[in-house]
Amino acid sequence: MGDMTIRPEDTPVVNGEVTETEVLDTLERSAANAGGETDLRITDSTLRDGSHAMAHQFTEEQVRGVVSALDRAGVQIIEVSHGDGLGGSSFNYGFSKVDEFDLIKAAVDEATQAKIAILMLPGLGTVHHLKKAHEVGASVARIATHCTEADVSIQHFGAARELGMETVGFLMLSHRASPAELAKQARIMVDAGAQCVYVVDSAGALVLDTAQERIQAVIDEIGGAAPGSAQVGFHGHQNLSMGIANSVLAYQAGAKQIDGALCALGAGAGNSPTEVLAATYERMGIRTGIDLGQVLSAAEDVVRPFIPRLPWMDRASITQGYAGVYSSFLLHAERAAERYNVPAHAILQKVGDLGYVGGQEDMIIDIALQLQNEQDLGDLAGAGVR
Amino acid sequence: MSAKGTAAIVGPGNIGTDLMFKLMRRSAILEPRYMIGVDPASDGLRRAKSLGLRASHEGVDWLLAQDELPDIVFECTSAKAHEANAPRYAEAGILAVDLTPAAVGPYICPPVNLDFNLDATNVNMITCGGQATTPMVRAVADVVRVPYAEIVASISSKSAGPGTRANIDEFTETTSEALEVVGGAEKGKAIIILNPVEPPLMMRNSVFCAIPAEAGEPGELQERILASIHAMVEKVQDYVPGYHLRAEPQFDPARETWGDQARVFIPIEVKGRGDYLPDYAGNLDIITAAAARVGDMMVAHRLGVDTTWKSSAELGDSPDPLVVESEDADRTDASQTEKAGV
Repeated sequence: MGDMTIRPEDTPVVNGEVTETEVLDTLERSAANAGGETDLRITDSTLRDGSHAMAHQFTEEQVRGVVSALDRAGVQIIEVSHGDGLGGSSFNYGFSKVDEFDLIKAAVDEATQAKIAILMLPGLGTVHHLKKAHEVGASVARIATHCTEADVSIQHFGAARELGMETVGFLMLSHRASPAELAKQARIMVDAGAQCVYVVDSAGALVLDTAQERIQAVIDEIGGAAPGSAQVGFHGHQNLSMGIANSVLAYQAGAKQIDGALCALGAGAGNSPTEVLAATYERMGIRTGIDLGQVLSAAEDVVRPFIPRLPWMDRASITQGYAGVYSSFLLHAERAAERYNVPAHAILQKVGDLGYVGGQEDMIIDIALQLQNEQDLGDLAGAGVR
Repeated sequence: MSAKGTAAIVGPGNIGTDLMFKLMRRSAILEPRYMIGVDPASDGLRRAKSLGLRASHEGVDWLLAQDELPDIVFECTSAKAHEANAPRYAEAGILAVDLTPAAVGPYICPPVNLDFNLDATNVNMITCGGQATTPMVRAVADVVRVPYAEIVASISSKSAGPGTRANIDEFTETTSEALEVVGGAEKGKAIIILNPVEPPLMMRNSVFCAIPAEAGEPGELQERILASIHAMVEKVQDYVPGYHLRAEPQFDPARETWGDQARVFIPIEVKGRGDYLPDYAGNLDIITAAAARVGDMMVAHRLGVDTTWKSSAELGDSPDPLVVESEDADRTDASQTEKAGV
């Protein structure tokens, strides 16, 4: 196992400068896109889910560079927060290099047409954080709970709507709930004020049918145009390489909002790459409003150069998809593996067996200690000690 | 021992019922006499009545109209209800132990700061996570400066009642503040996670404290921190026998991303005593146990007698006949608790 720690000095500064020709070019394209209707809306989470893969070390320059490139490409919603949502900067999840509210502010400043979204997890972030994000210009509140605990978000949806923010509910680790249960939880969020509810495949564990039946069940419950209905979204991960395929199925089932991240920059093996979503949907004749050339350039020229390690399907991240483990546990498991000299994939398998949910990163240390203990006992047994 | 005090429990949900059992089992001077609710169909009222308490669904108005008022009231309702009730208890000369996040009175964690607050007439029990973690932060802060303390409380979804769920921000905010005020950290942060896995998980608490760089390296200072933690665990075990370290505290040397501070990580598990609630609900057990302990001491102090609290060792592990007898379907599901902020 190599050194997985990401140091700030390893992440080159992105050149955020935009030339005049580019600006003119953008204006023309935006004008061309503005008139066009879209079939679905892509939300880019490079600057939120990608924060996990960056060990929360994003700089303001990087944020400005990414927002500016996405904005130019016609992406309408850009999410910026600590990987674990507002207030995530901590011992348990990793401290942010730059205060997330400064990053949100910079993103708002940089965007011309895109709206800036934030993520928050009740129990970690509070209404206080939400208000602060709104004050610095965030206009979309994405509120996430474990897929069976939607009722902890009621006060936050209420607060977000009161602030006049657009609202999105996030049912995390959706593979852990049956389609019917997920639909019930989505209903709780909509009744609380969510305007869209996402089926969130946090572990990258949903495989085609299992993704589609959940999305379908949620659409059956909350979809439609009647009062009390809402849009449905899908957030995919690549741990089993299903992000794009599941996103296509989601659209076909009726989902209207889809998440991606440039270069797949996200937890675990990463998210559905925004640029691949754009290319795939375009090839299928599904209108996203995104300029393909621009978004490909955003991934290749803006994000790729500063990524210390591309998200990848390796033994540990595939184990996450297979065992149904929250994707952001990956780097934490790798660090604990190094500290306690036990395999990261073994830690992750155990996290899956024990059913830990998003936010329980602290349990990784616990498991690593147990595995180390078992390993030591095994070594003693091997040496003939009984 | 002749002097005895009487107690009223307001809020006959799971918390109130568990508290009633704890007082019956463990306090020789506090006698639970009243159980107060607002719903005539409440199981908790029915159960209290069958155990010889005077139970009423006519609320605090009924309680305050009694000829014989209790010495102490345990508020197991909601922050809002306690805010309204607190002045009325005070006016009637009744001591109050507040298990809601209302925080009308000072935060109390028995092994840390009760001694300083025995004259208080209204005390607040923080939150379940606060009861589990502030003693650990205090143990570290007794030895070294703690510029920042962070806790993660993981509880079983089944043990989080509607009150907690509707007001989850109150949990994080109240607990964070208690890490500072009671724990002695300069800055506190609290996180709560609900996990629905079956069978339900035991309550877990991870305590992270930022400590001076030299305490991150093996040596005398580190030994003193460890000794302080172990001593504090024993103090808590005196009233919460299921409170224990999952593993030895882990020290990590200073890192740049931690502001060049070192860190100690303390993993705590709380197995409930199963007095009334199932044993995974250690979160509820620790707050009712602490409340019962505090009430016992406050009344003993007022009556000028010694506390008669039975320690865990004295009580042994024998199941209580009261509990066995009362066993019924809802005992296995703590989700109906009416209490907010655990």
